[in-house]
Amino acid sequence: MIIKFKNTCKSYGAEAAIADFNLDIQKGELLVLLGPSGSGKSTVLKMVNRMVSHDEGQIYFHDREINSFNVQDLRRRMGYAIQSVGLFPHRTVAQNIATVPKLLGWDTQRVQARVNELLTLLAMDPKQYAARYPHQLSGGQQQRVGVARALAANPDVLLMDEPFGALDPISRAALQVALKQIQQTTGKTILFVTHDIDEALLLATRIVLLNQGRIVQVGTPLELLQQPANDFVVNFLGRADLGLQQLSMRSIAPYVKAIEGAPPTHVIAYSVSLREAISRMATLHVSALSVVKEDGTVLGQVQAADLLENKHV
Amino acid sequence: MSELRAYSSHTPRHGSTRLGWSVGALLLLAYGLPYSQPLFAALFPDLARPVYVQEPMAALMWQHIGLVLLSSSIAVIIATLAGMATTFKTGQAFKPMMEMQAGMGQTFPPVAVLAVAVPAVGFGELPALIALSIFGVLPVLQATLAGLASVPPSVLDSARAMGMTPRQILTEVQMPLAIPLWLAGVRTSVVVNIGTAAIASTVGAKTLGLPIIIGLSGFNTAYVLQGAMMVGLLAIAADLAFDALALKLQGSATSGVDNQA
Repeated sequence: MIIKFKNTCKSYGAEAAIADFNLDIQKGELLVLLGPSGSGKSTVLKMVNRMVSHDEGQIYFHDREINSFNVQDLRRRMGYAIQSVGLFPHRTVAQNIATVPKLLGWDTQRVQARVNELLTLLAMDPKQYAARYPHQLSGGQQQRVGVARALAANPDVLLMDEPFGALDPISRAALQVALKQIQQTTGKTILFVTHDIDEALLLATRIVLLNQGRIVQVGTPLELLQQPANDFVVNFLGRADLGLQQLSMRSIAPYVKAIEGAPPTHVIAYSVSLREAISRMATLHVSALSVVKEDGTVLGQVQAADLLENKHV
Repeated sequence: MSELRAYSSHTPRHGSTRLGWSVGALLLLAYGLPYSQPLFAALFPDLARPVYVQEPMAALMWQHIGLVLLSSSIAVIIATLAGMATTFKTGQAFKPMMEMQAGMGQTFPPVAVLAVAVPAVGFGELPALIALSIFGVLPVLQATLAGLASVPPSVLDSARAMGMTPRQILTEVQMPLAIPLWLAGVRTSVVVNIGTAAIASTVGAKTLGLPIIIGLSGFNTAYVLQGAMMVGLLAIAADLAFDALALKLQGSATSGVDNQA
């Protein structure tokens, strides 16, 4: 267990922002803290690296109460990315990314190698971008640098506070995919705050849904969709779209059947979700699609009548 | 970065040319004055002695510059340290008081400071130095506070969250970002001090104000003109020098990137 909240409380004046919070976070999780504004999700995140201090209870990092760490040492072991990015305007992209490694006293060669590695990981050519200043980058590029800076010293935990909230939909989608890949390849533990349900469903290995400083439900995206704990969960996830959201969590793989007779004229990739398959059928006005692999070989077909059956257990 | 850009609209070459001209004119007037008898005699035919020769103008200029450099240095050091102290926990309490004093002090005439200083320390260079130092503090203090306040909260937030110590945040983040506004304050302070130092001649300091005062009391308009031109040219040269410095800072902050962008 990498982070553990035990009966943690935080109040501002008489008002309790976080009340009796208990949560265990395992290594390698991408845990999304989801909730409406004012639900306390950012407060929970900021308590982990002591940007906000907790009043009562304990928070453990590697089984040690966080208040027993030197605060700077603690923070250098946790990457931090925020919506407003907060890059240093007087430093280049490379210098920004190098911030924590420099604080930790890495030698120049190691720092430079790490900077190049991270820029490449985030699909930015080091030759082109390393020497630029933040104001010469687009919003999406700035946040890529922000994520690279958070990852720089190979921290145990990444804390991300609505990092993609201010980006245009295309940049946001690209960064979500990039983050998911990074999480899967590096196995980093990530705490991710958002109020965007689609983002949470896409990224999370586990979602913590918060309301008014309390946990409403904890579970995988599919668990929240299939077994919502109460009306608040249903309403927050979007009552009308609940079914579609579930479909978007499911692959078409179990529904692929052998083709009998003439194959359907339109094709769809094997990797898409049920939601996408149904949407495709609706736009093309067909009731069946040929399923193909990436190299173009036909695997079989899916038929509209089958898609709503539950083949996932 | 917008503050950085706000500094100067003209190109470096244009700026440095103007600086060259004003320094040239200043030196020419300072060292060429003893040889300008025919010129000023023609301009002021009624005056028996149309050129100020009681003291060499160049010597007065260097004394003037020395007084300004010393008093402005004292002012900048005091103001900058005081401004920086407000970023620390113990100094924060003093911030409102400093802001108020910085604002109030601007309305206080320097002649009044001179008048108070003379009975305390007597005539000469010392009361001038005290008055100019005190008067120079305020623009720099105000600019230091404004510069530190101009650092975006998100930048401070991420600096803190990455594990920078308060001292590292001050020296590596706040100070570099505050420099453009701070420099503008130093510029105001120095340029104002150049003008005020002329008044310091009334209490016995030897500055470029001397020909002006002697000229005024002796109805010699040529002396007044010569002294005033010297003070004016010196102020313009100093202002342009700060312009060049600000431009150079801006250049080094974004060097080699504009041609890539």
